[in-house]
Amino acid sequence: MSSDAIRAVVKEHGRLSVDINTLADDADLYAAGMTSHASVNLMLALEDRFEVEFPERMLRRRAFESIAAIKAAIDELTGKSPA
Amino acid sequence: MSACRVLADGERTNVKKDGVDGTGLRDELVAKATKIGAEFAAPNADAVDREARFPIEAIDALRKEKMLSVFVPKDLGGLGCSVSDLSAICYTLGLSCSATAMVYAMHQIQAACIVRHGHSSPYFQQYMRDMVAKQTLIASATSEVGVGGDVRTSICAVETTGSAFKLEKNAPVISYGEHADDILATARRAPDAAANDQVSVLVRRDASTLERTGGWDTLGMRGTCSNGYKLKSAGNTEQILPTPYSEISSNTMLPVSHIVWTSLWLGIATDAVNRARQFIRGEARKKPGHVPPGALRLAEAMNHLQTMRATVHDGVHEYERLIDDPDALTGIGFAIKMNMLKVSASQLAVEITSEALSICGMAGYKSDSKFSIGRHVRDAYGAMLMINNDRILAANAQLLLIHKDA
Repeated sequence: MSSDAIRAVVKEHGRLSVDINTLADDADLYAAGMTSHASVNLMLALEDRFEVEFPERMLRRRAFESIAAIKAAIDELTGKSPA
Repeated sequence: MSACRVLADGERTNVKKDGVDGTGLRDELVAKATKIGAEFAAPNADAVDREARFPIEAIDALRKEKMLSVFVPKDLGGLGCSVSDLSAICYTLGLSCSATAMVYAMHQIQAACIVRHGHSSPYFQQYMRDMVAKQTLIASATSEVGVGGDVRTSICAVETTGSAFKLEKNAPVISYGEHADDILATARRAPDAAANDQVSVLVRRDASTLERTGGWDTLGMRGTCSNGYKLKSAGNTEQILPTPYSEISSNTMLPVSHIVWTSLWLGIATDAVNRARQFIRGEARKKPGHVPPGALRLAEAMNHLQTMRATVHDGVHEYERLIDDPDALTGIGFAIKMNMLKVSASQLAVEITSEALSICGMAGYKSDSKFSIGRHVRDAYGAMLMINNDRILAANAQLLLIHKDA
């Protein structure tokens, strides 16, 4: 999964207080203004966009804290080896 | 209460090895709370409620018995008690005086945040030692005027210059603020930080001012003296807890709040049912051989009380099961459970106290009767409204969209 595809979903649903293009892949999205409310909307949008279902064990703060963390989670669910 | 799972680092995380090494600490703490409840909290409960005044007698007695520092770890001079011990104490105090129990509960929520998130900081280690020596009472300033009740966002920000900080917060409520030694306040990390990028700051009363902006003349929970204040404070940045508030909230403040609150509400509901039982017993004695009509309602109220007790104990058990797994504590499943605990227990508290009132009838409706239930009913409504259940249900409604397990 490309980081750019994830970035597009985060940009639309993460409700960040900064421009996502200024953030590195490992930047903390919560520190960039993503609320827990927005993070749930982001999870729903990611499930829809990438046709995955995040299992219970992934529904934790850390799994969605950065672009890189989201990419790792989606890669794991779609059977791709971590980049 | 069932035996808690034994975890590797029980001392640091204050998980009681309940039923394993049987320290008897719980019994000792509950015995002290029972005595203070009977001698200081219960005799003043009506006056505290009527006059909406701080329950000074009971809080002083708790101080004398060193009950304010029971959660401080043993290596810092405290007793290193568990969250289930706190639950048992709050329940016991709730049987006598809701205001005493709520002040104690709110203090222990702040203490738990400091113990669990300040233990790596030399400043907070010393502060915890002082909590034992001085029996410091800590208040909380989480809500803020203008954030619409969302405590996970702040408008105010910590302004730092070198190692010094300044903080000004317009707080709609600071429970027992004028009676507290110190206040744990949330704020944005810095003036340019996002609204949800918060920290917890230990505001020292000797370096702050409280300008009262609102009163506390309420239906119930009148003795918590939860006035509104403009808080102005200054100090050193070492007073900021090293962990971000987002983590403090999910790992400690929210679960411990819901546990100690629901425990004291269980105490209020139990006392109401105890009064109803006494009333029915009196009726039965007047006419031996006849079951009083209210006895059926009492059986029903007992059912609800048992449901409430099980709900509270399950919440405590779930938290202690995960307490050493900070990652799991940020999970959506855990958040949903802790939210349900608060909503269920507060609804049951209203239901049970109302049932007790209808069982006692006019004797319960009157304020000068030993069967009076008025205070219990009024206090129980506060349970549903402090962090409104509708807000919590709405949060769960959203979380359930993504949550997978039942």
